[in-house]
Amino acid sequence: MVLTEKDYRLIAAIQDGLPLVNHPYAEVGAQLGMSEDEVIHRLDQMLKEGIINRFGVVVRHRELGYRANAMVVWDVPDERLEEIGALLGSQPQVTLCYQRARHLPQWPYNLYCMVHGRRREAVRGTVRRLVNDLGLEEIPHQLLFSKRRFKQRGGHYR
Amino acid sequence: MTMDEIDRTILNRLQTAFPVCDRPYAKVAADMGIGEEELLQRLQCMLEEGVLSRFGPLFNASAMGGGLTLCAMAVPPEQFETVAREVNSYPEVAHNYERDHEFNMWFVLATEIPQRIDEVLAEIEQKTGIAVYNMPKEEEFFVGLRFDV
Repeated sequence: MVLTEKDYRLIAAIQDGLPLVNHPYAEVGAQLGMSEDEVIHRLDQMLKEGIINRFGVVVRHRELGYRANAMVVWDVPDERLEEIGALLGSQPQVTLCYQRARHLPQWPYNLYCMVHGRRREAVRGTVRRLVNDLGLEEIPHQLLFSKRRFKQRGGHYR
Repeated sequence: MTMDEIDRTILNRLQTAFPVCDRPYAKVAADMGIGEEELLQRLQCMLEEGVLSRFGPLFNASAMGGGLTLCAMAVPPEQFETVAREVNSYPEVAHNYERDHEFNMWFVLATEIPQRIDEVLAEIEQKTGIAVYNMPKEEEFFVGLRFDV
């Protein structure tokens, strides 16, 4: 799908949120000179093409009591990356799981996942259980707990 | 704010999918057995209370042809506030976390064009004199950030 100027304007109009009205797509369309049907059709296409990852709420997990969040980084031997990435990514306690570039020698870690919990101790326990249950004792890892969040919003375009 | 069962149901329900149709809120409300107005009111309230930061689509910058990456910096503690202000002043910085580690600043950059990533990183390095480690995603094993509330 090639995004048109109109699509970018549509993206810009809703990136900070969808209006909370009965016909939200009609309201967005009215600002842009597009019909409700056209807005629905374009958004539907963007969902199908993966330009929109997901449509829904962005929950501020801290306000919900998930105050502890650890980015768990692992130094996985390259030949085991697919196996361990798939394994960790399929655990319900793990909310994101990515491979990222190492920066040797300062930063040997190449697999990242997020684990949330109400308290740090709970998150540590979850990670300990993951290590034991999945047999990851040999894989070096670290927990980077978040201390403060400065910004949280979707990406901004135009 | 105290959230009740219905608020929790709304959050759990809306974190996975939202219909793209003429009356999406009415459809979701009907699925949950509440009225459209009640759903809208509760969403409004959760936005105002800060439980939700926004309600709408999450765009995938790389699928749009844009740039998206995670960056890390090891900022000396006494400079942390200044560097944080500098980094956060870029609209391309989607979020920024202080973490308990020598690499204590972690931020996500989302740019409209991929080349802009390198420009922003170079500017930050130049302004702060601190190395920025660019850690782009190479493979994604799971992306369904969800919370059971």
